[in-house]
Amino acid sequence: MDFLAPSTWAEALAAKAERPDALPVAGGTDVMVELNFDHRRPDALLDLTRVPELREWAWDDGRIRLGAGVTYARVIAELGDRLPGLAMAARTVGSPQIRNRGTVGGNLGAASPAGDSHPALLAADAVVEIASAARGTREVPVAEFFTGVKRNALAPDELIAAVLVAPPAGPQQFCKIGTRNAMVIAVSAFGFALHPDRKEVGTGVGSAAPTPRRADAAAAFLAGELEAAGLWESRAALPDGLAAEFGRRVRDAAAPIDDVRGTAAYRLHTLSVMARRAATWAWDEHRRAA
Amino acid sequence: MRIELTVNGERREADDVWEGESLLYALRERLGLPGSKNACEQGECGSCTVYMDGVPVCSCLVAAGQAQGREVTTVEGLAGDDGLDPVQQAFVECGAVQCGFCTPGFLVSTHDLLARNPSPSDPEIREALAGNLCRCTGYEKILDAVRAAASAGAQS
Ligand SMILES: Cc1cc2nc3c(=O)[nH]c(=O)nc-3n(C[C@H](O)[C@H](O)[C@H](O)COP(=O)(O)OP(=O)(O)OC[C@H]3O[C@@H](n4cnc5c(N)ncnc54)[C@H](O)[C@@H]3O)c2cc1C
Ligand code: FES
Ligand code: FES
Repeated sequence: MDFLAPSTWAEALAAKAERPDALPVAGGTDVMVELNFDHRRPDALLDLTRVPELREWAWDDGRIRLGAGVTYARVIAELGDRLPGLAMAARTVGSPQIRNRGTVGGNLGAASPAGDSHPALLAADAVVEIASAARGTREVPVAEFFTGVKRNALAPDELIAAVLVAPPAGPQQFCKIGTRNAMVIAVSAFGFALHPDRKEVGTGVGSAAPTPRRADAAAAFLAGELEAAGLWESRAALPDGLAAEFGRRVRDAAAPIDDVRGTAAYRLHTLSVMARRAATWAWDEHRRAA
Repeated sequence: MRIELTVNGERREADDVWEGESLLYALRERLGLPGSKNACEQGECGSCTVYMDGVPVCSCLVAAGQAQGREVTTVEGLAGDDGLDPVQQAFVECGAVQCGFCTPGFLVSTHDLLARNPSPSDPEIREALAGNLCRCTGYEKILDAVRAAASAGAQS
């Protein structure tokens, strides 16, 4: 096995172009488990932890550009107010040791249907910035990034550079079901964002379909009801039953399976409950902010 | 490959490191530091916790090559010239050690917690130790030890 350790982003892209078989490793919290258990024997490892560009975040044309190598611990410590949904999700990841190493880029790279950053990024309409030495940079909306179970839109010579997320125009929420308050792969998860500036609602469903996905019909329904009742302007209380109906429609967007963590029926039930609560909490926060 | 790093304040090197091996393996099998324990090799138990560049990590999930040039502190590096670290002393005095397999990880995680937050609340202790598992003690004595180490720190 070769160990490639580029020290700049240009070198990293050149290395990936030359060795498309090289497995990138950032925090290693997915990759090292696979190596330790002999589930994977790549011909080369491409260590990204020495690439300073990946560890930075900055404002970029009105959006936060979060380098792929920024850890969960730093998202929580540095971006809790600017990326609230993602920070809420980050707080639920693994343990302190895992959050100190694990990165949002690694979560996207692994593309697990249970990845906790995904529902938050979906709800916030995030965009994944992908790069290759040959073709430069391209942007892929996160909703189009997941192509199958643990599959994503990366070509063999590409790396994830960053995630681009607009700052929140309204409250965001993240909910996750598991057996403990730590060290839990989600049984199901839900991300929610109110976008009062464009009178829209953002959603993200985790662990309840082959890929993380949005619940677009439910989101359009809720935004439409808020609009029809003039609630975006009045910020009055939600009508009885609206949040519950939203929850039922979120449930309809999922396609879960039975597995060791939970049954499909339980996943559907928890999704409708989480969606109802997330919408209620976010709307209450929106009202208080008036 | 060869790696060079600083471990417990000393410059160390290891030869014939396999590119896919973990920092935990390199520490235990190549650098003669068996304090960090290997219990799960998948990040679940925390018994391999070490500081890397001042941050607690599961050494089983760090590729040895990623530790090249970094500063690592293991449980062996906690005690000073004047004896055990107060965290270690508290674990001894409170009976927080039974088989001891989890202890090195708990010591490093507790050391880090108290360095950041010298008088943590119980929920803060639980949160900070959520990535360390103990099969023996039932955790009560470990919580006692963390509280004792915190109050010892407050008095010194
Ligand atoms: C004990 C434990 C608990 C966990 N708990 C959770 C949890 O609660 N929620 C959760 O979502 N996940 C959890 N995970 C999984 C893991 O921590 C996350 O998926 C994390 O985000 C992975 O980030 P990393 O930097 O460690 O990735 P790595 O392991 O380094 O890489 C993961 C994948 O992404 C690829 N990759 C990494 N960076 C890039 C890049 N820049 N460009 C292209 N590909 C890249 C790698 O090749 C690999 O395929 C847990 C893991 C462990 C061991
Ligand atoms: S051996 Fe590393 S966390 Fe269990
Ligand atoms: S003392 Fe035996 S596992 Fe903790």
